[in-house]
Amino acid sequence: MSSPPNDEMAPQPVGLVERLVRDDVDRKRFLKMAGGAGAASFGAFVLAACGSSSSKTASTAAAPATTASTASASSDSGDVAILNYALTLEYLETEFYGKVVSAGLFNGPVGALIKEFGQQEMTHVEAIKGAVEKLGGTPAAKPQGKFPIENASQVAMLAYTVENLGASAYLGQAGNISNPEVLASALAIHTVEARHAATLGTLVKKSITPDGAFAKPADMSTVLAAVKPFLA
Amino acid sequence: MSTIHHSEPVGPTVNPEMAGVEVRGLTRASFILRGALATGALYGAGTVAPFVTTALAQGGGGDAEILNFALTLEYLESDFYNVKAKEVGLKGQAKSYAALFGEEEQDHVVALTGFVKQLGGKPVTKPTFVFPVSDESSFLALASVLENTGVGAYNGAAPSVKSKTVLAGAGSIVQIEARHAAAIDLLIGKSPTPDQGFDRPLTKAEVLAKAGPLIKAA
Repeated sequence: MSSPPNDEMAPQPVGLVERLVRDDVDRKRFLKMAGGAGAASFGAFVLAACGSSSSKTASTAAAPATTASTASASSDSGDVAILNYALTLEYLETEFYGKVVSAGLFNGPVGALIKEFGQQEMTHVEAIKGAVEKLGGTPAAKPQGKFPIENASQVAMLAYTVENLGASAYLGQAGNISNPEVLASALAIHTVEARHAATLGTLVKKSITPDGAFAKPADMSTVLAAVKPFLA
Repeated sequence: MSTIHHSEPVGPTVNPEMAGVEVRGLTRASFILRGALATGALYGAGTVAPFVTTALAQGGGGDAEILNFALTLEYLESDFYNVKAKEVGLKGQAKSYAALFGEEEQDHVVALTGFVKQLGGKPVTKPTFVFPVSDESSFLALASVLENTGVGAYNGAAPSVKSKTVLAGAGSIVQIEARHAAAIDLLIGKSPTPDQGFDRPLTKAEVLAKAGPLIKAA
Protein backbone atom coordinates (compact mmCIF):
# COMPACT_ATOMS: atom_id res chain seq x y z
CA MET A 1 0.00 0.00 0.00
CA SER A 2 2.96 2.30 0.18
CA SER A 3 4.33 2.02 -3.29
CA PRO A 4 7.17 4.35 -4.17
CA PRO A 5 6.02 7.88 -4.88
CA ASN A 6 6.50 9.24 -8.33
CA ASP A 7 6.97 12.97 -8.56
CA GLU A 8 6.71 12.94 -12.33
CA MET A 9 3.04 12.31 -12.22
CA ALA A 10 1.98 14.72 -9.54
CA PRO A 11 -0.83 16.99 -10.73
CA GLN A 12 0.14 20.44 -11.85
CA PRO A 13 0.51 22.45 -8.69
CA VAL A 14 -0.38 25.80 -10.22
CA GLY A 15 -3.87 26.81 -11.21
CA LEU A 16 -5.13 23.28 -11.00
CA VAL A 17 -8.76 24.11 -10.59
CA GLU A 18 -8.74 26.83 -13.20
CA ARG A 19 -7.26 24.45 -15.70
CA LEU A 20 -9.69 21.73 -14.83
CA VAL A 21 -12.64 24.01 -15.23
CA ARG A 22 -11.48 25.59 -18.47
CA ASP A 23 -9.80 22.73 -20.18
CA ASP A 24 -12.11 19.85 -20.74
CA VAL A 25 -9.40 17.53 -21.99
CA ASP A 26 -7.38 18.13 -18.87
CA ARG A 27 -10.42 17.68 -16.74
CA LYS A 28 -11.23 14.34 -18.29
CA ARG A 29 -7.68 13.16 -17.91
CA PHE A 30 -7.75 14.28 -14.29
CA LEU A 31 -10.96 12.46 -13.59
CA LYS A 32 -9.59 9.36 -15.22
CA MET A 33 -6.52 9.66 -13.07
CA ALA A 34 -8.66 10.04 -10.00
CA GLY A 35 -10.17 6.67 -10.72
CA GLY A 36 -13.56 7.50 -12.18
CA ALA A 37 -16.12 10.24 -11.94
CA GLY A 38 -17.75 9.77 -8.60
CA ALA A 39 -19.06 7.01 -6.42
CA ALA A 40 -22.18 5.01 -7.03
CA SER A 41 -25.27 6.92 -6.14
CA PHE A 42 -27.29 5.78 -3.21
CA GLY A 43 -30.02 4.75 -5.59
CA ALA A 44 -27.58 2.28 -7.02
CA PHE A 45 -26.71 1.18 -3.51
CA VAL A 46 -30.28 0.40 -2.58
CA LEU A 47 -31.58 -0.95 -5.84
CA ALA A 48 -28.66 -2.48 -7.62
CA ALA A 49 -26.53 -3.47 -4.65
CA CYS A 50 -24.19 -6.08 -6.01
CA GLY A 51 -25.23 -5.51 -9.59
CA SER A 52 -23.57 -3.66 -12.40
CA SER A 53 -22.82 -0.47 -10.54
CA SER A 54 -20.79 -2.29 -7.94
CA SER A 55 -18.67 -4.13 -10.44
CA LYS A 56 -18.20 -0.95 -12.42
CA THR A 57 -16.92 1.07 -9.49
CA ALA A 58 -14.85 -1.83 -8.31
CA SER A 59 -13.12 -2.17 -11.62
CA THR A 60 -12.27 1.51 -11.92
CA ALA A 61 -10.94 1.54 -8.39
CA ALA A 62 -9.04 -1.67 -8.78
CA ALA A 63 -7.15 -0.65 -11.88
CA PRO A 64 -6.00 2.93 -11.52
CA ALA A 65 -2.60 2.12 -12.93
CA THR A 66 -3.92 0.77 -16.19
CA THR A 67 -6.54 3.45 -16.73
CA ALA A 68 -4.05 6.19 -16.09
CA SER A 69 -1.30 4.45 -17.97
CA THR A 70 -0.12 7.49 -19.91
CA ALA A 71 1.99 9.58 -17.58
CA SER A 72 0.88 8.18 -14.29
CA ALA A 73 1.41 4.68 -13.09
CA SER A 74 1.71 4.69 -9.32
CA SER A 75 -1.09 3.14 -7.31
CA ASP A 76 -1.22 6.25 -5.16
CA SER A 77 -1.69 8.60 -8.10
CA GLY A 78 -5.45 8.53 -7.74
CA ASP A 79 -5.29 9.32 -4.04
CA VAL A 80 -2.92 12.23 -4.55
CA ALA A 81 -5.21 13.67 -7.20
CA ILE A 82 -8.24 13.28 -4.93
CA LEU A 83 -6.40 14.81 -1.99
CA ASN A 84 -5.35 17.78 -4.10
CA TYR A 85 -8.93 18.24 -5.20
CA ALA A 86 -10.03 18.18 -1.54
CA LEU A 87 -7.18 20.54 -0.67
CA THR A 88 -8.40 23.06 -3.21
CA LEU A 89 -11.89 22.96 -1.73
CA GLU A 90 -10.55 23.28 1.80
CA TYR A 91 -8.42 26.27 0.77
CA LEU A 92 -11.51 27.98 -0.61
CA GLU A 93 -13.53 27.23 2.53
CA THR A 94 -10.75 28.54 4.73
CA GLU A 95 -10.46 31.74 2.72
CA PHE A 96 -14.23 32.17 2.77
CA TYR A 97 -14.50 31.85 6.54
CA GLY A 98 -11.51 34.14 6.96
CA LYS A 99 -13.26 36.85 4.98
CA VAL A 100 -16.50 36.34 6.87
CA VAL A 101 -14.73 36.66 10.20
CA SER A 102 -12.88 39.77 9.03
CA ALA A 103 -16.14 41.34 7.92
CA GLY A 104 -17.38 41.06 11.51
CA LEU A 105 -20.89 40.10 10.49
CA PHE A 106 -21.49 37.67 13.34
CA ASN A 107 -21.21 38.14 17.07
CA GLY A 108 -21.75 36.03 20.15
CA PRO A 109 -22.17 32.28 19.95
CA VAL A 110 -22.80 32.30 16.19
CA GLY A 111 -19.68 34.36 15.61
CA ALA A 112 -17.72 31.92 17.74
CA LEU A 113 -19.02 28.97 15.72
CA ILE A 114 -18.17 30.62 12.41
CA LYS A 115 -14.67 31.30 13.63
CA GLU A 116 -14.31 27.75 14.88
CA PHE A 117 -15.49 26.30 11.57
CA GLY A 118 -12.92 28.43 9.74
CA GLN A 119 -10.19 27.13 12.03
CA GLN A 120 -11.29 23.56 11.42
CA GLU A 121 -11.14 24.08 7.67
CA MET A 122 -7.62 25.34 8.16
CA THR A 123 -6.68 22.15 10.02
CA HIS A 124 -8.08 20.23 7.05
CA VAL A 125 -5.82 22.21 4.72
CA GLU A 126 -2.76 21.47 6.84
CA ALA A 127 -3.64 17.78 7.19
CA ILE A 128 -4.29 17.26 3.49
CA LYS A 129 -1.14 19.12 2.46
CA GLY A 130 0.83 16.85 4.74
CA ALA A 131 -0.90 13.79 3.34
CA VAL A 132 -0.13 14.74 -0.27
CA GLU A 133 3.51 15.25 0.61
CA LYS A 134 3.73 11.96 2.47
CA LEU A 135 2.30 10.21 -0.57
CA GLY A 136 5.05 11.77 -2.66
CA GLY A 137 2.86 14.27 -4.45
CA THR A 138 3.01 18.02 -4.80
CA PRO A 139 0.25 19.84 -2.92
CA ALA A 140 -2.04 21.90 -5.12
CA ALA A 141 -1.40 25.63 -5.01
CA LYS A 142 -3.72 27.80 -2.98
CA PRO A 143 -6.37 29.14 -5.34
CA GLN A 144 -7.46 32.75 -5.26
CA GLY A 145 -11.08 32.92 -4.21
CA LYS A 146 -13.73 35.60 -4.52
CA PHE A 147 -16.79 35.55 -2.35
CA PRO A 148 -19.74 37.90 -2.20
CA ILE A 149 -19.80 39.15 1.40
CA GLU A 150 -22.85 41.39 1.82
CA ASN A 151 -24.73 40.75 5.01
CA ALA A 152 -25.13 38.15 7.71
CA SER A 153 -28.09 36.28 6.28
CA GLN A 154 -26.66 36.15 2.76
CA VAL A 155 -23.31 34.96 4.07
CA ALA A 156 -24.90 32.31 6.30
CA MET A 157 -26.86 31.03 3.34
CA LEU A 158 -23.70 30.92 1.23
CA ALA A 159 -21.87 29.08 4.00
CA TYR A 160 -24.70 26.55 4.18
CA THR A 161 -24.43 25.99 0.42
CA VAL A 162 -20.65 25.70 0.52
CA GLU A 163 -20.66 23.19 3.40
CA ASN A 164 -23.30 21.04 1.77
CA LEU A 165 -21.23 21.05 -1.39
CA GLY A 166 -18.13 20.11 0.58
CA ALA A 167 -19.89 17.22 2.27
CA SER A 168 -21.19 15.89 -1.04
CA ALA A 169 -17.74 16.28 -2.60
CA TYR A 170 -16.10 14.10 0.05
CA LEU A 171 -18.88 11.57 -0.19
CA GLY A 172 -18.43 11.47 -3.96
CA GLN A 173 -14.78 10.48 -3.59
CA ALA A 174 -15.04 7.86 -0.86
CA GLY A 175 -15.30 5.00 -3.32
CA ASN A 176 -12.39 6.27 -5.40
CA ILE A 177 -9.79 6.31 -2.63
CA SER A 178 -7.49 3.31 -2.58
CA ASN A 179 -5.37 3.87 0.53
CA PRO A 180 -7.37 2.84 3.65
CA GLU A 181 -5.67 5.47 5.77
CA VAL A 182 -6.48 8.21 3.31
CA LEU A 183 -10.05 6.91 3.29
CA ALA A 184 -10.26 6.95 7.09
CA SER A 185 -9.06 10.54 7.12
CA ALA A 186 -11.40 11.63 4.34
CA LEU A 187 -14.31 10.12 6.28
CA ALA A 188 -13.23 11.89 9.46
CA ILE A 189 -13.31 15.18 7.57
CA HIS A 190 -16.48 14.31 5.63
CA THR A 191 -18.64 14.09 8.76
CA VAL A 192 -17.23 17.35 10.10
CA GLU A 193 -18.29 19.12 6.91
CA ALA A 194 -21.71 17.56 7.46
CA ARG A 195 -21.80 18.89 11.02
CA HIS A 196 -20.95 22.36 9.74
CA ALA A 197 -23.67 22.13 7.11
CA ALA A 198 -26.30 21.05 9.63
CA THR A 199 -25.31 23.78 12.06
CA LEU A 200 -25.63 26.40 9.35
CA GLY A 201 -28.93 24.83 8.34
CA THR A 202 -30.34 25.59 11.78
CA LEU A 203 -29.00 29.13 11.48
CA VAL A 204 -30.65 29.87 8.13
CA LYS A 205 -33.73 27.82 8.96
CA LYS A 206 -33.15 25.39 6.13
CA SER A 207 -33.24 21.63 6.30
CA ILE A 208 -30.38 20.07 8.22
CA THR A 209 -30.79 17.01 6.00
CA PRO A 210 -31.57 18.51 2.57
CA ASP A 211 -31.17 15.15 0.82
CA GLY A 212 -33.39 13.31 3.28
CA ALA A 213 -32.16 10.13 4.95
CA PHE A 214 -29.43 9.45 2.40
CA ALA A 215 -26.87 12.11 1.56
CA LYS A 216 -26.14 12.45 -2.13
CA PRO A 217 -22.57 12.35 -3.45
CA ALA A 218 -21.34 14.86 -6.00
CA ASP A 219 -18.72 14.00 -8.57
CA MET A 220 -15.70 16.12 -9.31
CA SER A 221 -17.01 17.87 -12.40
CA THR A 222 -20.25 18.84 -10.66
CA VAL A 223 -18.38 20.24 -7.68
CA LEU A 224 -15.85 22.11 -9.80
CA ALA A 225 -18.61 23.68 -11.84
CA ALA A 226 -20.32 24.80 -8.63
CA VAL A 227 -17.08 26.20 -7.28
CA LYS A 228 -16.13 28.09 -10.43
CA PRO A 229 -17.99 31.30 -9.52
CA PHE A 230 -15.88 31.53 -6.37
CA LEU A 231 -12.57 31.51 -8.20
CA ALA A 232 -11.01 34.89 -8.82
CA MET B 1 -21.56 -5.51 29.91
CA SER B 2 -19.29 -7.53 32.14
CA THR B 3 -19.36 -10.33 29.62
CA ILE B 4 -17.65 -8.22 26.98
CA HIS B 5 -13.93 -8.61 26.74
CA HIS B 6 -12.81 -5.30 25.37
CA SER B 7 -9.32 -6.39 24.67
CA GLU B 8 -10.27 -9.47 22.69
CA PRO B 9 -10.87 -9.26 18.96
CA VAL B 10 -13.89 -11.51 19.21
CA GLY B 11 -15.03 -12.05 22.76
CA PRO B 12 -18.34 -13.33 24.05
CA THR B 13 -20.86 -10.54 24.01
CA VAL B 14 -24.53 -10.07 24.67
CA ASN B 15 -24.94 -9.34 20.98
CA PRO B 16 -23.56 -12.10 18.79
CA GLU B 17 -24.23 -10.06 15.65
CA MET B 18 -21.82 -7.43 16.86
CA ALA B 19 -19.15 -9.86 17.88
CA GLY B 20 -18.13 -10.70 14.36
CA VAL B 21 -17.22 -7.17 13.51
CA GLU B 22 -13.70 -6.33 14.40
CA VAL B 23 -12.45 -2.98 13.31
CA ARG B 24 -10.20 -2.38 16.23
CA GLY B 25 -6.92 -2.60 14.40
CA LEU B 26 -7.93 -0.30 11.64
CA THR B 27 -9.51 2.29 13.84
CA ARG B 28 -6.40 2.24 15.95
CA ALA B 29 -4.51 3.07 12.80
CA SER B 30 -7.00 5.75 11.96
CA PHE B 31 -6.62 7.23 15.39
CA ILE B 32 -2.88 7.35 15.01
CA LEU B 33 -3.37 8.87 11.62
CA ARG B 34 -5.70 11.51 12.95
CA GLY B 35 -3.13 12.54 15.50
CA ALA B 36 -0.54 12.73 12.80
CA LEU B 37 -2.87 14.62 10.54
CA ALA B 38 -3.46 17.26 13.13
CA THR B 39 0.19 18.08 13.10
CA GLY B 40 0.29 18.17 9.34
CA ALA B 41 2.32 15.02 8.82
CA LEU B 42 0.40 12.06 7.51
CA TYR B 43 2.13 8.97 8.82
CA GLY B 44 5.22 6.92 8.61
CA ALA B 45 4.08 3.97 6.58
CA GLY B 46 6.25 1.70 8.72
CA THR B 47 4.49 2.83 11.87
CA VAL B 48 0.91 2.50 10.77
CA ALA B 49 0.95 -0.14 8.10
CA PRO B 50 1.12 -3.12 10.50
CA PHE B 51 -2.12 -2.03 12.17
CA VAL B 52 -3.89 -1.70 8.88
CA THR B 53 -2.58 -5.01 7.66
CA THR B 54 -3.81 -6.66 10.83
CA ALA B 55 -7.20 -5.06 10.51
CA LEU B 56 -7.62 -6.03 6.90
CA ALA B 57 -6.45 -9.55 7.62
CA GLN B 58 -8.96 -10.02 10.41
CA GLY B 59 -11.68 -8.30 8.38
CA GLY B 60 -14.41 -10.13 10.35
CA GLY B 61 -17.29 -11.70 8.55
CA GLY B 62 -17.21 -9.26 5.69
CA ASP B 63 -19.54 -6.59 4.48
CA ALA B 64 -22.79 -8.31 5.43
CA GLU B 65 -21.64 -8.55 9.03
CA ILE B 66 -20.56 -4.93 9.12
CA LEU B 67 -23.95 -3.99 7.72
CA ASN B 68 -25.67 -6.07 10.38
CA PHE B 69 -23.67 -4.25 13.02
CA ALA B 70 -24.88 -0.97 11.51
CA LEU B 71 -28.42 -2.33 11.29
CA THR B 72 -28.47 -3.02 15.02
CA LEU B 73 -27.45 0.56 15.73
CA GLU B 74 -30.07 1.87 13.34
CA TYR B 75 -32.74 -0.28 14.99
CA LEU B 76 -31.68 1.24 18.27
CA GLU B 77 -31.90 4.81 16.99
CA SER B 78 -35.18 4.20 15.22
CA ASP B 79 -36.75 2.72 18.33
CA PHE B 80 -35.43 5.58 20.42
CA TYR B 81 -36.96 8.30 18.23
CA ASN B 82 -40.10 6.49 17.15
CA VAL B 83 -41.11 4.76 20.38
CA LYS B 84 -39.25 6.18 23.36
CA ALA B 85 -39.76 9.79 22.26
CA LYS B 86 -43.52 9.34 22.47
CA GLU B 87 -43.33 7.84 25.94
CA VAL B 88 -41.22 10.74 27.16
CA GLY B 89 -43.42 13.38 25.57
CA LEU B 90 -41.22 15.91 23.81
CA LYS B 91 -42.10 19.44 22.87
CA GLY B 92 -41.06 22.05 20.34
CA GLN B 93 -37.77 21.59 18.52
CA ALA B 94 -36.98 18.35 20.34
CA LYS B 95 -40.27 16.90 19.19
CA SER B 96 -39.81 17.89 15.56
CA TYR B 97 -36.23 16.61 15.51
CA ALA B 98 -37.36 13.28 16.97
CA ALA B 99 -40.07 13.00 14.32
CA LEU B 100 -37.70 13.78 11.45
CA PHE B 101 -34.77 11.75 12.74
CA GLY B 102 -37.04 8.82 13.57
CA GLU B 103 -38.22 8.73 9.98
CA GLU B 104 -34.67 8.91 8.64
CA GLU B 105 -33.32 6.23 10.99
CA GLN B 106 -36.19 3.97 9.96
CA ASP B 107 -35.23 4.56 6.31
CA HIS B 108 -31.72 3.43 7.24
CA VAL B 109 -33.13 0.28 8.84
CA VAL B 110 -35.08 -0.57 5.69
CA ALA B 111 -32.14 0.13 3.39
CA LEU B 112 -29.64 -1.85 5.47
CA THR B 113 -32.03 -4.78 5.82
CA GLY B 114 -32.46 -4.96 2.06
CA PHE B 115 -28.78 -4.59 1.49
CA VAL B 116 -27.77 -7.38 3.85
CA LYS B 117 -30.17 -9.64 1.96
CA GLN B 118 -28.74 -8.60 -1.39
CA LEU B 119 -25.30 -9.52 -0.15
CA GLY B 120 -26.66 -12.95 0.67
CA GLY B 121 -26.64 -12.36 4.43
CA LYS B 122 -29.35 -12.73 7.03
CA PRO B 123 -30.45 -9.42 8.54
CA VAL B 124 -30.32 -9.36 12.33
CA THR B 125 -33.69 -9.30 14.03
CA LYS B 126 -34.67 -6.20 15.91
CA PRO B 127 -33.45 -6.43 19.51
CA THR B 128 -35.37 -5.13 22.52
CA PHE B 129 -34.04 -1.91 23.91
CA VAL B 130 -34.02 -0.18 27.28
CA PHE B 131 -33.49 3.55 27.34
CA PRO B 132 -32.74 5.08 30.73
CA VAL B 133 -34.44 8.40 30.00
CA SER B 134 -37.43 9.97 31.69
CA ASP B 135 -37.71 13.51 30.40
CA GLU B 136 -36.77 15.73 27.49
CA SER B 137 -33.39 16.69 28.82
CA SER B 138 -32.25 13.12 29.51
CA PHE B 139 -33.72 12.09 26.15
CA LEU B 140 -31.68 14.71 24.28
CA ALA B 141 -28.55 13.89 26.22
CA LEU B 142 -28.83 10.26 25.16
CA ALA B 143 -29.72 11.29 21.61
CA SER B 144 -26.42 13.15 21.46
CA VAL B 145 -24.53 10.07 22.65
CA LEU B 146 -26.30 7.80 20.16
CA GLU B 147 -25.81 10.05 17.15
CA ASN B 148 -22.18 10.78 17.90
CA THR B 149 -21.55 7.09 18.54
CA GLY B 150 -23.23 6.33 15.22
CA VAL B 151 -20.85 8.66 13.41
CA GLY B 152 -17.82 7.08 15.05
CA ALA B 153 -19.11 3.57 14.41
CA TYR B 154 -19.61 4.10 10.69
CA ASN B 155 -16.36 6.00 10.29
CA GLY B 156 -14.55 3.26 12.18
CA ALA B 157 -16.01 0.42 10.18
CA ALA B 158 -16.05 1.97 6.71
CA PRO B 159 -12.38 1.43 5.82
CA SER B 160 -12.91 -2.32 6.40
CA VAL B 161 -15.73 -2.46 3.88
CA LYS B 162 -14.78 -4.28 0.72
CA SER B 163 -17.56 -3.39 -1.70
CA LYS B 164 -17.41 0.11 -3.13
CA THR B 165 -21.18 0.10 -3.29
CA VAL B 166 -21.51 -0.72 0.39
CA LEU B 167 -18.98 1.99 1.16
CA ALA B 168 -20.99 4.53 -0.81
CA GLY B 169 -24.11 3.54 1.10
CA ALA B 170 -22.41 3.71 4.48
CA GLY B 171 -20.98 7.12 3.59
CA SER B 172 -24.38 8.33 2.58
CA ILE B 173 -25.81 7.26 5.93
CA VAL B 174 -22.99 8.45 8.18
CA GLN B 175 -23.29 11.95 6.78
CA ILE B 176 -26.89 11.99 8.03
CA GLU B 177 -25.85 10.74 11.47
CA ALA B 178 -23.35 13.59 11.64
CA ARG B 179 -26.02 16.11 10.73
CA HIS B 180 -28.34 14.73 13.41
CA ALA B 181 -25.53 14.81 15.96
CA ALA B 182 -24.73 18.45 15.23
CA ALA B 183 -28.36 19.53 15.44
CA ILE B 184 -28.94 17.75 18.76
CA ASP B 185 -25.70 19.07 20.21
CA LEU B 186 -26.58 22.63 19.24
CA LEU B 187 -29.99 22.23 20.82
CA ILE B 188 -28.51 21.20 24.16
CA GLY B 189 -25.74 23.77 24.09
CA LYS B 190 -22.88 21.46 23.22
CA SER B 191 -20.32 21.88 20.47
CA PRO B 192 -21.59 20.58 17.12
CA THR B 193 -18.01 19.45 16.43
CA PRO B 194 -16.98 17.57 19.58
CA ASP B 195 -13.81 16.21 17.95
CA GLN B 196 -12.90 19.51 16.28
CA GLY B 197 -11.82 19.13 12.67
CA PHE B 198 -11.62 15.33 12.53
CA ASP B 199 -14.34 13.02 13.77
CA ARG B 200 -12.70 10.21 15.65
CA PRO B 201 -13.56 6.73 14.39
CA LEU B 202 -14.65 4.38 17.16
CA THR B 203 -13.57 0.85 17.87
CA LYS B 204 -16.11 -1.90 18.29
CA ALA B 205 -15.42 -1.93 22.02
CA GLU B 206 -16.10 1.80 22.25
CA VAL B 207 -19.36 1.45 20.35
CA LEU B 208 -20.44 -1.46 22.53
CA ALA B 209 -19.60 0.46 25.68
CA LYS B 210 -22.13 3.11 24.64
CA ALA B 211 -24.79 1.06 22.91
CA GLY B 212 -24.46 -2.31 24.63
CA PRO B 213 -26.17 -1.38 27.92
CA LEU B 214 -29.22 -0.24 25.95
CA ILE B 215 -29.68 -3.58 24.23
CA LYS B 216 -31.45 -6.48 25.88
CA ALA B 217 -30.89 -9.90 24.34
CA ALA B 218 -32.60 -10.12 20.98
